[in-house]
This record gives sequence, C-alpha cells and structure tokens, in this order.
Amino acid sequence: MAIIEAKKLTKIFGPDPKRAAALLDKGWSKDKILKETRMTVGVNQASFSIEEGQIFVIMGLSGSGKSTLVRLLNRLIEPTAGQVLFNGQDVLSMSTEQLRQFRRKNIGMVFQKFALFPHRTVIQNVEYGLEVQGVDKKKRREMAMNSLKLVGLDGWENSYPEQLSGGMQQRVGLARGLANDPDILLMDEAFSALDPLIRKDMQDELLELQSKMKKTIVFITHDLDEALRIGDQIALMKDGSIVQIGSPEEILMQPANKYVERFVEDVDLSKVLTASHVMMKAETITLEKGPRVALQFMRDRGVSSLYVVDKGMHMIGVITAEDASDALKKGLKLEEVLIKEVPTASPDTLLNELFELMSNSRLPVSVIGEDNRLKGVVIKGAVLAGLAGNSSLMEGGDPA
Amino acid sequence: MNIPKIPLSKWIDSLEAWLETNLDPLFKAIRLIIGETVDGLESFLTLFPSLVLIVLFSALAWYIGKWKMGLFTFIGLLIIDNLNLWNQTMQTLALVLTAAIFSIVIGIPIGILCARSEIAQRIITPILDFMQTMPAFVYLLPAITFFNLGVVPGVISSIIFAIPPTIRLTNLGIRQVPEDLVEAANAFGSTPSQKLFKLQLPLATPTIMAGINQTIMLSLSMVVIASMIGAQGVGEYVYRAVTQGKTGAGFEAGLAVVILAIILDRLTQGVIRKSKVR
Repeated sequence: MAIIEAKKLTKIFGPDPKRAAALLDKGWSKDKILKETRMTVGVNQASFSIEEGQIFVIMGLSGSGKSTLVRLLNRLIEPTAGQVLFNGQDVLSMSTEQLRQFRRKNIGMVFQKFALFPHRTVIQNVEYGLEVQGVDKKKRREMAMNSLKLVGLDGWENSYPEQLSGGMQQRVGLARGLANDPDILLMDEAFSALDPLIRKDMQDELLELQSKMKKTIVFITHDLDEALRIGDQIALMKDGSIVQIGSPEEILMQPANKYVERFVEDVDLSKVLTASHVMMKAETITLEKGPRVALQFMRDRGVSSLYVVDKGMHMIGVITAEDASDALKKGLKLEEVLIKEVPTASPDTLLNELFELMSNSRLPVSVIGEDNRLKGVVIKGAVLAGLAGNSSLMEGGDPA
Repeated sequence: MNIPKIPLSKWIDSLEAWLETNLDPLFKAIRLIIGETVDGLESFLTLFPSLVLIVLFSALAWYIGKWKMGLFTFIGLLIIDNLNLWNQTMQTLALVLTAAIFSIVIGIPIGILCARSEIAQRIITPILDFMQTMPAFVYLLPAITFFNLGVVPGVISSIIFAIPPTIRLTNLGIRQVPEDLVEAANAFGSTPSQKLFKLQLPLATPTIMAGINQTIMLSLSMVVIASMIGAQGVGEYVYRAVTQGKTGAGFEAGLAVVILAIILDRLTQGVIRKSKVR
C-alpha cells in the first residue's frame, strides 16, 4: 500500500480560493484563472502515490509549484482542495493536535537554506523535534547523537551552526530531520544551496543512508541530473501540474510530451543509463561440449563467439569462431583455446564507465550479476544506440 | 453657518470624574503596588554607604562592558557623591527602575500579543503613537487625580511615556525571526508557546533589549516632569533651580542626570551585546 497518496491536491493563492478551485474543476486553465480572477494556481490537481521505502522526486523549474506541493503534504501550507492520505488516514481532516503529532512522529523535513536555529548548538538543533515531543533529556541526547553519527558529524555536537560549512550545516539539517525516526522525510531542495562537488557527495551519502534506513523520501529539486541520480520515481511539474510520473528511465526514454522531451534532451545519458539497460542476451555454451558443437551453435545463431559457462551460468571465458575451428583442426579441447581475459561489468555500471572497458578490448563486455552469473553482454552498437536515446535499437536484450 | 464646538474637554472631564468614583479601589491598589516598589528600591539603594554602592556598580559595569566602562562609572558616581546629590540620585534611580520594571512586565506581553495578532497590532499601534506624542504634562493631570501627588503619578506617567519602545521592539523582534526558521519549528510540531520560548524570544532578545534601553532612557527624561507633581530626586533639584533661576545648582543636578543616563545606557547596551553573541 502507498504510504502517501495525493488525490487532486490543489492550492490556490488569492482572496477566494474555493471559487478558483471550482473553476479548475470546470477545466479552466491556470492562465485563464489568473487573468479572470487574479488568483494564482500554485498546485493544480496533483495526484500521485508514494510507496514505502521509495525516493520520490518532485522536479520542476522554479515557480512550478514543487515547494508548495511538498508543503501541502504536511500542511505547512493548507491545501485548497483535494486529499492527502498517510497510510490511508486523511491528513487534511486532522485536528490541530493530531496534525502536530503527525509532524512530530511521522514526517520530518529538511530545508533548502538549512533553517538551523542559530542560537542552538548542533546537538540542540538535532534534538529539537524530540524536545518538543517531551522526550526526556537523556534519551533525546542519545537519539540525537545517533542521528548525528549517521551523518558523520559526531564531535561537532557543541559547535554552533554558523561555525560549520554549508555541507556540514545541511548534514545537521538532515540529522535533525532523521532524529525522531519519521516514516517520511521531506527534502525541499535540500542540496540546491551547496557547491556541485559537495552536492554530489551529499547525494551519495543520502543514497547510502537510504540503503540502510529505507525511509520514504520526498525529494524536491530543480536539477534533472540530481533527480535521475537519486529518484526511484520522478514527478515532473510544470505550472503547478504534474506532467509525468515515472522511473528515471521512463522519463528519459518515453517522455510524455514535448515539454518533458525538451527538459530531458540535454541529459548526459552516459551518466544515467547502466549496463543493464543496453546489454543483450549472451549466447552461451557449456564447457563439456566440443569445438564442433561450438561451431555449429555459432552457425545456428549467427554469432562469431560464444560465452563458455558452467551449469550455474558462471562465466568461464569466451570462445571465438576462429579459435574453435583452429581447435577442431588441431584436435584441441575447448578449454585449451578459451579466452579467459574478458572485460566484465556489473549491471549497475554506468555507460561512461563502460566506454573505457570497451576501448581496452576487442571483445564485448560481459555483464556479471551479484550472484556471479552471466547476465548478458554489451556490444558497442548498443551503447551508442542507448546514448542516442534510441530505445528500439536497444531491444532484443534480456534484462535479466 | 455656525458649527458648535465639540465639548471634548467636558467629556474628558466627566470621564475622569466617573473613573475616579468608580475605579477608586483599582487606583488604590496600583498606588500601593507602585508606591511600595519605589520605596523598597529606594530604601535598598540608600541602605549602604555610597562608596559601597559605587564600587558595586563599577564592578557590574566592568563585568558587562569593558574596564573603561567600569572606570567611567566609578568616577561619575564619585562626582555625584561629591556634589551631595547621592541620595537624590538614588531616589531618581528608584523611580526610573520602577518605571522600567513595570514597562517590561507590561510591555513585553503586549508586544508578543502584537506580534501574534494582526488585529491587536492594528489596535495597539495608534494607541502607542498617541501615548508618545501627547505632551507628557497632559497626562500628569489625571495621574494626580487618580493617584494623588507624589512619586506614584510620576512613575505612572513615566510608564505611559516610556513603555512604547518596549512594546514596539518586542513586536518587531519577534516578527523579524526569519520565516524559514518559524517554518522549521512548525514542521517539527512545535506548539505556539514552544515556538515562542524556544525560537522567537531567544532570537528577538537583542531587539527587545534595545527597546528596554529606550524605555529606560525615556523614563529618565521624565524625572524633571515627575518632580513637578512631587516625585523626589535630582529632578526636583533641577526643577527648583529652574524656578529660582540658579544656573549653577541646575547644572550640578543636570550633570547627575546625565551621568546616570550614560551609565544606564551603556549597561543596557552591554547586555544587548552579550545577548547578541550568537
């Protein structure tokens, strides 16, 4: 079940939001409403659902309503219409006290400009959420310290925020968001204020943390590379509406419309696509078979080399047609003409890393999964097709 | 066309008379509280020999400010003592401190109210403007009616004249707390009072202290006016020198006010600086 579900969530800024919401229902556009009623549609009937443990990225340019949308989820901004469900519970009908408990226990937040309290030390900042809950001092110190350790800032607990660099300050922000162990973490452009290099470190760190914690994260960003890097699902927003929701691959490969297409056309695909996207099925043969059988296989399947594997699909090496016919003439076994020096990659290897492997070897790169089984092979043509964004040329592979 | 004059003065006079007859117990209570506070402070300040207090004040000034501040306080207070104005100065200090204490106790909560409610702010701001621009002599008169002659009406009119900066700057200080910090406090589920005490007041403290500093300075500026209705202290000496045309005596008493003003100002400024460390 989805942990968060938004149904036609709408926010209108202006003197009579309900009226404008009714007009939206009638199918009026944002521009028309602005022109006729002077009211601004911040978020226009956004619907989505977020599965537990997902990183759900809401992406859009500034003014697209993404920061408003994330604030509708914990009612920092009160929605005009629509529904937010948390584990099936209606967030919008919560009383003030219920909402306060929801914010204290279930939903944490990290802010773009960190929003650390300047008069409190690092540890006092991190424990703020626990303090307002009334957790006793010793216990909350302990929990806050754990959270601080998680982001690698133990030893800094008695410093003040202004003494820390931007990256460190946002780690404090992250630790504060995590300290009360919420089910959901909202991250509003959390890394946008950081230098590019530090931003990348923070993204890596977030992914690493996420692999341990399995939180549900709603991540707001205007940076497509960031969205593709960390998102399990991406919702692309424009003018307050969600234009497309999908996995990074879907957004890149099947853009829903011209807007998304233009948005993604400059993406460096080599940093997004992985070996598993472009690999093809490997033609295999087991070691017990002889050169004659190998040649026959190649002829049948129209290939010039075969991957030699054992019964568990563990790769042993490659046999080419040339070597196989050589072996046949000289009466050698397959084992004796086998090429064992084969370039290998994991399914998660990015295309730009595959380039290097391929330039060093005449052979295709074989893709080996975590179970050491041969998953497929990557040939040069498929990589180039992938970079061109041409998904049809990449098909015929076996996405193991 | 002859438009009759609005009988504003009659209305005010009858309002005053009505208040005097109907709210007398309240005025008695206020008189008692303020009178006791001034008396208590005054007898405390005159309990010790002047030299002991001079050393204590100088040490305090040194602790809050720098050594220069301590030295100035020491010399300044010695001069006052030398001019035989010590007891009068302590009476004045008692009056000023009482006015300041009540201004803070009343002003900060009103300031907080203004910061939280647009309606309260819209009602209270013009009242503060009125209090600060109406010539202080004018509210001396009802103060005498309600509280008799003496130090109490002096303190009351000092409070009326001096309380606005504390209210205004408390309001301003809280409103100046950055929006994203308030949002963060909300996002973590703070109650309004948790937000106030854990975030807004601590961050507003330097601004509130600046308001308190202004309040103290303004109530000091009221001491001469207060002396006209019977408040004792250096103000009384200034007033007497003016009416008798004694320039030298007036200068001596005036100098004591100046010295006291500088010390109180630098002390509160020092406290502001300390509260601004973060």
